[in-house]
Amino acid sequence: MSEPRTLLSIDKVSKNFGRVTAVDGISLDIRENEFFALLGPSGCGKTTLLRMLAGFETPNDGRILLDGRDIARTPPNKRPVNLMFQSYALFPHMSVRANVSYGLEMERLPAAEIRSRVDAILSTTELVPFADRKPEQLSGGQKQRVALARALVKRPRLLLLDEPLGALDKKLRGAMQLELKRLQHEVGITFVIVTHDQEESLVMADRMAVLRDGKLLQCDRPHAVYEYPADRFVADFIGVMNFVPGKAVADGVMAANGTRITGKVPATLSPGAAAVASVRPERIRLFPKAQTANRIAGTVEALAYQGLDLQLHVRTALSPKPFLVRVTADAADRRPVSAGDTVELGWDAADVRIFKD
Amino acid sequence: MLPKREATPMAERSPATRRTLWLVLSLVFAFLYIPIAVLVALSFNAGGLPTAWSGFSLKWYASLAGNSAILSAALNTLIVALVSTAIATLLGTLLAIGIEMRRQYGKGLEALIFAPMIIPDIVLAIALLSFFSMLNVTMGLHTIILAHVVFNLAFVCSVVRARLKSFDWSIVEASADLGASALTTFRRVTLPVILPAVIAGALLAFTLSVDEFIIAFFTSGAGRASTTLPMQIYAMIRFGITPEINALATIVMAVSITALTLSQRLNRGVIGQ
Repeated sequence: MSEPRTLLSIDKVSKNFGRVTAVDGISLDIRENEFFALLGPSGCGKTTLLRMLAGFETPNDGRILLDGRDIARTPPNKRPVNLMFQSYALFPHMSVRANVSYGLEMERLPAAEIRSRVDAILSTTELVPFADRKPEQLSGGQKQRVALARALVKRPRLLLLDEPLGALDKKLRGAMQLELKRLQHEVGITFVIVTHDQEESLVMADRMAVLRDGKLLQCDRPHAVYEYPADRFVADFIGVMNFVPGKAVADGVMAANGTRITGKVPATLSPGAAAVASVRPERIRLFPKAQTANRIAGTVEALAYQGLDLQLHVRTALSPKPFLVRVTADAADRRPVSAGDTVELGWDAADVRIFKD
Repeated sequence: MLPKREATPMAERSPATRRTLWLVLSLVFAFLYIPIAVLVALSFNAGGLPTAWSGFSLKWYASLAGNSAILSAALNTLIVALVSTAIATLLGTLLAIGIEMRRQYGKGLEALIFAPMIIPDIVLAIALLSFFSMLNVTMGLHTIILAHVVFNLAFVCSVVRARLKSFDWSIVEASADLGASALTTFRRVTLPVILPAVIAGALLAFTLSVDEFIIAFFTSGAGRASTTLPMQIYAMIRFGITPEINALATIVMAVSITALTLSQRLNRGVIGQ
């Protein structure tokens, strides 16, 4: 497969409101037909960045290139970009059909074409039975689909989604995540989604950018971000991570109690510097083999059964917080443990990530 | 569920207290409404004497229709009310939107805008009179209209703003995002959503303008050409209250009550949304 071409180039974009810098020199490329996630805690600048892509904010600095053309100063009604609002922002006085037709009417398309395109998108989003209803007569999930249909019917080059699933309950959210993926595939439009939910971006995105305090920390495929976080913040923010604080040594991190965690030390860390070794809960084994590089004894403090797997809190001498360990239900059945048991934890050097602390 | 706390219920009070309370209430309502009821009744009194009922008749209404001074005053009132309402509704609505969109600048502005609602009419009347004389403006219907715009603007603005407090501004952004210009967005999205409040504000302004006396009296200038209905009535009662005036007052009251009722209905609909 050839490398997909770049659709949108965000080039050293900055935005400040008064003395507050919301977006601080972010550069990233979004590719054609990609499902791209902007992820970060609230206040990280992701929404400001999205609003700049939509045209509701103008960057103080930098360029936003869509198909090579700088659109940073183009007003929102003149860009081939549409935004699906977090609040959905449906027009309360119009029916579902009128809401969806609105954007095409603005393009002054012939009535027959508007009708057929609206019909098509209503059927794709399974809204045909609700076409004549007013927004107040719809459920949250239906409103969300109207907002999506209204943006998609314009066939934008780029669809922006601001926390699109935020208002839905957990079960519906799971279903809609897959639904959004399916729709994106079907319509072949580039999606940029803003979310604070790291799980959501892992599930949906082809690539994701992690932002913090207006800066870009990492931009990669979900798998790469999860397995090779750029720094301690990303490691902590994405998924669950166990951290062992200490000092960097040649082949790992020396914990405060003198235990050495073996792993690859990044070149930027000089020996003796404050460092943190980390390992994902699912990489830790109970009752490890003798040749496992990192082994530590601990006491099981609590168990949480989660259907597919069992989560254990294990108190060790390595870190002030208990270790989180995930064991498959299968393994737990073969060798049951209970609270109060002394267990041994082990993980390979290859599963250790070391960061500056 | 806990019982709702209320003031001491009627049933728990002694019969004597209850009777006294009912009596006071009845007296208050009697004081408020008997004069109005008498006025309406007398407007249909065939005899024309305020002391004796001599049968139902519409003749005072008929004679109103033949009184050219009253008809021209009624026409003036209608012109003043309609034109000042139209101007105040347009400006008041835009002002309300402006204030709500840029709320950070609104605080000081707000006090200035609502001052005409609070300043006594007589003060406003004298101020406008001095202002028009200072500018050497010939006074007439146009100055009454301008004067009425001053206070009507404040009323329309406050009614529309109340609606805008619960307005979801993201629909304005959504409209722009879907390709609409600012004007199209106003016409197709903002205005339809706030329209009930705009109409309610207009009806309120119309009502206030129709029966406004003091300001119209001060800013109408000399001559009968710009006499409005309340001024005409005032002129007529100097020669005693005639049944014609009763009929005229009844009509003015009916118009005002209708407009106010409509305005309140619309406003309730708005708040119910």
